[in-house]
Amino acid sequence: MHATQAEGVQSLVWLLIALPLASAAVLLVGGRRTDKWGHLLGCATPLAGFGIGVAAFVQMLGYPAEERARTLHLYEWIAVGGFNVDVGLLLDPLSVSFVLLITGVGSLIHIYSIGYMSHDTDRRRFFAYLNLFIAAMLLLVLADNYLALYVGWEGVGLASYLLIGFWQFKPSAAVAAKKAFVVNRVGDFGLSVAIMVMFGAFGVVSFTGVFGAVEGASKGLVTAVGLLLLLGACGKSAQLPLQTWLLDAMEGPTPVSALIHAATMVTAGVYLIVRSGPIFDLSPDARLVVAIVGAATLLVGAIIGCAKDDIKKGLAGSTMSQIGYMILAAGLGPVGYAFAIMHLLTHGFFKAGLFLGAGSVMHAMNDEVDMRRYGGLYRVMPWTFVTFGFGYLAIIGIPPFSGFFSKDKIIETAFNKGGTSGWILGACALLGAGITAYYMTRMVLMTFFGERRWSDDAHPHESPPVMVGPMVLLALGSIFAGLLLTLGGRFQDFLAPVVGESPEHGVHAISPVVLTLITLLVVIGGGIAAYVQYGRRTVPVVAPAGSFATVAARKDLYGDAINESLIMRPGQWLTRLTVFFDSRGVDGLVNTVAATIGGTSGRVRRLQTGFVRSYALSMFFGAALVIGALLLVRL
Amino acid sequence: MTVLSLVIFLPLAAALGLLAFPRLRDRTVIWAWIGACVADLALVVGMWLGYDGAGGGVGYEANLRWIPSVRAGYHIGVDGLSLPLIAMTAVLFLACAVFSLRQARRVRAFAVLFLFLQTVCLGLFAALDLLLFFVFFDLSIVGMYFVIAGWGHGDNVRSALKFFLYTFLGALVLLLGFIGLYLGADPHTFDMTELTRTPPLAGSPGPAALVLLAVGIGLAIKTPTVPVHTWLPPAHTDAPAAGSAILAGVMLKMGTYGFVRIAMPMLPDAWRRYAWAAIVVGVVSVLYGALVALAQDNLKRLIAYTSVNHMGYVVLAVGAAGLAAGDMDARRLATTGAVTQMVSHGLITGALFLLSGVLYDRGHSYEMGRYGGIARGAPLFAALTAVAAFASLGLPGLSGFIAEFQIFTGSIGSGTGAAAAGAALAILGIIITAALFLRVLHRTLLGPPGSRTAQVTDIHRSELAAIAPLLALSLIIGIAPRFLLDVIEPASAAVVSLVAR
Repeated sequence: MHATQAEGVQSLVWLLIALPLASAAVLLVGGRRTDKWGHLLGCATPLAGFGIGVAAFVQMLGYPAEERARTLHLYEWIAVGGFNVDVGLLLDPLSVSFVLLITGVGSLIHIYSIGYMSHDTDRRRFFAYLNLFIAAMLLLVLADNYLALYVGWEGVGLASYLLIGFWQFKPSAAVAAKKAFVVNRVGDFGLSVAIMVMFGAFGVVSFTGVFGAVEGASKGLVTAVGLLLLLGACGKSAQLPLQTWLLDAMEGPTPVSALIHAATMVTAGVYLIVRSGPIFDLSPDARLVVAIVGAATLLVGAIIGCAKDDIKKGLAGSTMSQIGYMILAAGLGPVGYAFAIMHLLTHGFFKAGLFLGAGSVMHAMNDEVDMRRYGGLYRVMPWTFVTFGFGYLAIIGIPPFSGFFSKDKIIETAFNKGGTSGWILGACALLGAGITAYYMTRMVLMTFFGERRWSDDAHPHESPPVMVGPMVLLALGSIFAGLLLTLGGRFQDFLAPVVGESPEHGVHAISPVVLTLITLLVVIGGGIAAYVQYGRRTVPVVAPAGSFATVAARKDLYGDAINESLIMRPGQWLTRLTVFFDSRGVDGLVNTVAATIGGTSGRVRRLQTGFVRSYALSMFFGAALVIGALLLVRL
Repeated sequence: MTVLSLVIFLPLAAALGLLAFPRLRDRTVIWAWIGACVADLALVVGMWLGYDGAGGGVGYEANLRWIPSVRAGYHIGVDGLSLPLIAMTAVLFLACAVFSLRQARRVRAFAVLFLFLQTVCLGLFAALDLLLFFVFFDLSIVGMYFVIAGWGHGDNVRSALKFFLYTFLGALVLLLGFIGLYLGADPHTFDMTELTRTPPLAGSPGPAALVLLAVGIGLAIKTPTVPVHTWLPPAHTDAPAAGSAILAGVMLKMGTYGFVRIAMPMLPDAWRRYAWAAIVVGVVSVLYGALVALAQDNLKRLIAYTSVNHMGYVVLAVGAAGLAAGDMDARRLATTGAVTQMVSHGLITGALFLLSGVLYDRGHSYEMGRYGGIARGAPLFAALTAVAAFASLGLPGLSGFIAEFQIFTGSIGSGTGAAAAGAALAILGIIITAALFLRVLHRTLLGPPGSRTAQVTDIHRSELAAIAPLLALSLIIGIAPRFLLDVIEPASAAVVSLVAR
């Protein structure tokens, strides 16, 4: 990878990080004094960032394809012996795609939040945290080395923690925030050890340095680094086995769910794997594990999504599932990288749109999240219904909406991997598409159609323009983004300098047209199944007991129970055992010794006779001993 | 005499001054105390600016005859290992002085004791003579005993006694080791530069091992590492906030500083041979400290156990730095990380203990179960506590991360399987630390209010002025650590090459 120094507008990309960071600092340190205009400042920085991002993007398009990677050196961060890490930014087609997504969708969600959080007395603090998130996320995708990436990586984790627990008076929110951070830390363990191993093996942590050195490394080392990176990705992107935190994270305000837990932060794992492509390219084993994790998660997430009555948790299951698709694509190697990122971008639009739609519904329904309490809302909330509807068509993959282009390509690439694994991965992806159609249709039917099952005090109304505007723009993205990116393989060509050319392979497991038709049939089948169950019959207000499978899915397929019995319980026992050992064993021994000495000294005390002559005698013997010792030493 | 002597003894002079004017009002006493600390810190900053770190040599050296018969001298000086600790000490004592603006009980004696302790702590880090080092080492124990016994709460007299006896015993073992070094040197000397230049007992591994054992135990008790740590939790729990801040922030570093200053360069052969023991003790301390901390309900005990955990990282690092087979760059990184961690832990834990002091001042309890939802009524307190907690759990952007990352990377990068495995185990510690600090935030700041929450008023201006600078420094080191690392690095490189002899 060849990179030259950034010039022109591109040399200003550091402002992308600095502006929201400064704004967050002003809002947090300024406190209540900034309440009046805090939200405006909060919206201004991502908008400015979007402006810079677009300008940098346009400038990049002016360069020939091979010269589009530009670096911006900021300062020397750590320099100890041979360990040198600079804070530097890398602007290339991959990172600029993320910059546009983060600042673009980010700006819309900031604007939406003005309306959504208008009743909250802490709205300013909310915007401060959102800005903090934007800064950290941009650092994550712009860093030119793994250690600076890690700073952004933990930074988004911090912002996520603060925002999930934003309504701190809700005990469930505080617990969810804690859980998200700790589970993420397990993933961070993987990423940080990977970085340390890179330094140990190659002496560098910069992308260029590592990718240059990795070709000479042993296969076992490369696979180990790849799997450690995957562990990091699993934590951040809620993939198996670290998926459980994402469903709980829905305790945060809905704009947070849209921005952080759907469109951007949770996709960081995909970014990490695609960015580390040169490492995964050298290890088919690590790649296969990545693909398996993705395929498994896409099914698990989708199945969970089918059983949730909480609209946000349903969408969260869906997010897990869609990121599973991206991880699966990334695990397919260079042929899949571009599709992984493409699906990430289209998903950013439609999933953010769906979440904002869900937030709009909740806003209208007194924060009710139970879809069994919705119904018939399409009449009262036409804008929300239409924008949600486009997001729905995009996610289930109906042509020509954006999800169709990206998801269809992933399914096709999975089948084309060849061999048994290709068939299995492809089948999983195909099945996932059907389940997606099922749970999304269910969600739309339960929310917008059927009879009104509202609670008595609900008086739904359409949301204010400041909320509807962003929803409309995201809906436009849901409609057109896929088409625009796919036309003529445009996005693949754009990313090619970073992720490598995808070879024009003639091997097709199934003819693409046939596969597309099969996929569409599966999708329609899923939709019809949901219609039969939820459109034709009335939806009961109280959830029926359900079959074993339904119950399991409602309990997130026992993800928490597994964690609890495998990690939490043994951990608690270990902790208790250590504490017991500490107080009885270690400290007990100390105290016993002390008590023994105390008892002995009680007896020795009798030597304290009060007679000067006996003291003088013992002093004499003592001094003689010391002098003797000194003489001995001198000799 | 150099400016260094002035730095060391200025606080003591101020203490004597305060004793000389018994009529001063309490308020005046504290402002005089703060003034002395500010002047001292200003001198240290001047020293820092004037110190040429690039060479890694000793600066501001002074060497006066003291006890010529045993060739012990008043030999002081600073280098890249001691200067950062001296600066951190000056900062932390100033913070404690400012924090004590709200101190009401026997102010004069309190101020005098702290000024005395400041001289002792600064003197220890500047000492280049084993006997001088030992004198300061012992006096620190005496001073802290009076702080805990006189201004503590709860079962403080008993805790102070336990602290005194335990660490004093450790000091005696240390003295035994020092005498061993003295006897092993030819000619006999207590001078640290001479002992470093020509390591004693070079040809006799058996006695060298015994001396290292004595020095190691003495320092391990002070650090403290598992299993000689049990004096620490009660001492902290019952000490006043400023006392805890100094005890954890400065005095624990005397142990770890002793490893890099004395044990490693003076007994290089033995250190290389027994480096694995330091790694084992370090890893055990990391995990053990974190696990026990996780179970605590008493906030101060919890922070005390996290100190065991954090000092464990340092011990792991100095162990990894002694592995002869290790890569030189990695070992330098580990050593630099160890010193950075000492500074970082001083700032962060100092802040944490002062914050717990605020809590106790309001609610008269450290039991976390009695609080909850503090963030609503005391947002500033909550914000500072959150920053300190995240700094302590190693969030990037704050100093703890810089230190721990160097330690882990240096240990893993040293290329030996044992150190790498040890480091990987120790990194699990960062998961537990995250869990335990989030538990603290969750139980005290968030959720429904507890029985004492209503009493917790937000932080006062003086408390803010004491705590915020500590966290600001941690942030600066986290973002732009070069000013610190450039001072430490040449000295740690020197230590590593001394160990490699």
